[in-house]
Amino acid sequence: MKYHKNIPQKVIHRYLRHDKKFPHVWCPGCGNGTVLGDILRAIYHLGLTKDEIVMVSGIGCSSRMPVYVDFNTLHTTHGRAIAFATGIKFANPKLKTIVITGDGDATAIGGNHFIHACRRNIDITIIIINNNIYGMTGGQASPTTAPGKFATTAPYGAIESNFDICNLAIGAGASFVARTTAFHTTEARKLFEKAFMKKGCSVIDVITQCPVAYGKRNNLSTAVQMLKWQKEQTIPKAAYDKIPEEKRKGKVIRGILHEDDKNEFTAEYQKLIEKVQK
Amino acid sequence: MSTVKKNNYTKTPVLMQGNEAVVQGALDAGLTFFGGYPITPSTEIAEILSAELPKIGGRFIQMEDELGSMASIIGASIAGRKSMTATSGPGFSLMQENIGFAMMTEVPCVVVNVQRGGPSTGLPTSPSQGDLMQARWGTHGDHPVIALYPDSILECYALTIRAFNLAEKYRTPVILLMDEVLGHMRESIILPPKDQLNIINRIPPNVPPEWYRHYKNNPKYISPLANFGEGYRFHITGLTHDEKGFPTQKLDEIQAKMDKLQNKIKDNLDDLIQIEDFYMEDAEVAIFAAGIVARSAKEAVKQARAKGIKAGLVRPLTIWPFPDHDVETMLETSKSIIVAELNQGQMINEVKRVTSHLPHKKFHKLQKYNGELITPEEILKKITEVK
Ligand SMILES: Cc1ncc(C[n+]2csc(CCOP(=O)(O)OP(=O)(O)O)c2C)c(N)n1
Ligand code: SF4
Repeated sequence: MKYHKNIPQKVIHRYLRHDKKFPHVWCPGCGNGTVLGDILRAIYHLGLTKDEIVMVSGIGCSSRMPVYVDFNTLHTTHGRAIAFATGIKFANPKLKTIVITGDGDATAIGGNHFIHACRRNIDITIIIINNNIYGMTGGQASPTTAPGKFATTAPYGAIESNFDICNLAIGAGASFVARTTAFHTTEARKLFEKAFMKKGCSVIDVITQCPVAYGKRNNLSTAVQMLKWQKEQTIPKAAYDKIPEEKRKGKVIRGILHEDDKNEFTAEYQKLIEKVQK
Repeated sequence: MSTVKKNNYTKTPVLMQGNEAVVQGALDAGLTFFGGYPITPSTEIAEILSAELPKIGGRFIQMEDELGSMASIIGASIAGRKSMTATSGPGFSLMQENIGFAMMTEVPCVVVNVQRGGPSTGLPTSPSQGDLMQARWGTHGDHPVIALYPDSILECYALTIRAFNLAEKYRTPVILLMDEVLGHMRESIILPPKDQLNIINRIPPNVPPEWYRHYKNNPKYISPLANFGEGYRFHITGLTHDEKGFPTQKLDEIQAKMDKLQNKIKDNLDDLIQIEDFYMEDAEVAIFAAGIVARSAKEAVKQARAKGIKAGLVRPLTIWPFPDHDVETMLETSKSIIVAELNQGQMINEVKRVTSHLPHKKFHKLQKYNGELITPEEILKKITEVK
């Protein structure tokens, strides 16, 4: 099958559930739809079948993604998507298991499951839709809200340090870690493709715009302004490595930040079964 | 750590601990997935399964906590495996949100709670029946539950199998409530021949994927169930959903979902309820007790009978749904009722509720919550007092 370069909607349409679930719940200008499009195009490019894909999410705006797409889909409890996905993948390692989770879902309430999935290096792809805020509940601070930024629960500006999701994932042991944005759609698609094919735990931190809950409180009240920020303030790793220290301030690195080939959990368990059964 | 005793289902008795019997029952019922987090007094279940499951190509995972354990077994069940977790008091509390998820999404799985003293970390190695109401009402929302309660090692085995069967049949999590003493106690038991076991497995759908409705109502509640990865793509969500599994806000669909959860239990009480009556035919003093307390009560009843006192015992094996009708008819004729339990009175209110319209009942409570068992002597003493 050839990719319809000029009519990308056609690609997306073949994966949507047309019978029930539209219109979607997202606000105009939200980045969630763009990221979903990138995920679907990556799936199309790789030629993965609908039946082999399981999409699991937690609770949040971004976690509503699975309901719209025609895969095996599971919308779980807040923060627990990765633990559910661990059960699915371990029960049937043939399933391509993709987790869609928000920054709050993955790193606050679900922080424990997140670091342990990385440590275990189980072969799932964790896509963190990072809008730096709790969108669904209306704009409370998240572990990725930067100091000084505003949220409904940080009316004087956040004073807590924020997580760098990629550093967290690398430190915890994930074997593929990357960052991209909703603006960089081609890059996102390619990174998703790599992540889906990577044997091991892959984590992608996708910076997205939430003009409604985040932007309007932080001088970025339109989606366009937020996308412009993503375009101008992020920089590919290779370029970042070359620029002098003083120019790095405020810049966010994109691209593959870590990759290794360490042992993957379900494969190791298979070896254990074979050893025990001998 | 101990391993499962080899017993090739001959007539040879085998010495088994309650936790071991749960493992044996689970494996015989078809368990191939366990996700758990260690906690006394349930830990042996995880330890033994970590050794046994790979031998049969099953899967064992020690999760990072109980929230993850519960999530992992639900995920595994959705992917087609019979799955279980085991925990005790504090861990059971942590599982509640996801137990509710399994209720709402109708995912079969088994949760073993080997009870310990509480609240909080409480008494890790002392018996307590403090989680009866947690088993019933622990998770938020409004729905029935199935919880089973053994009183012997053989029953730990048998009710574990039954828990899996009911889970698969009614597409729901089933709770096995255990007592700390039973978990750790050893008894010599004879297991039934394997070919005589009645094992219920999910029924695969018999319609093409386009026709399949994951939550289609079925009068027999034994609905076909597709697993992820088999070509039947569907949505599962903890949000209130329609027949296809899609979230809904429509009043009639909400009502239908809630009624379905309720009715699949309510309409099958005959199948769900198991209850034992012991010397109740002519009992004037009836004891109501479950689990380990019922064992002391049986002994007390025998001793009372030896003294010429007409005592008897009613013991629920199914504690939830509460056996309203059977308790009522069994207790109809006795004058006094002693409710003996290892807590400050969780069961007595249920017994009072179902017998409230019966005339002239005298209720007596025998409650112990200091970490000690209720002895046969204590029950006998009570019987003699109230007779
Ligand atoms: C146990 C529990 N606590 C709190 C909530 C309320 N809640 C729903 S979504 C959410 C935050 C979502 O934020 P994030 O994960 O960043 O996703 P976003 O909505 O921004 O995509 C919270 C706190 C919940 N559903 N469950
Ligand atoms: S609140 Fe923010 S994240 Fe949620 S749908 Fe609206 S724009 Fe998107």
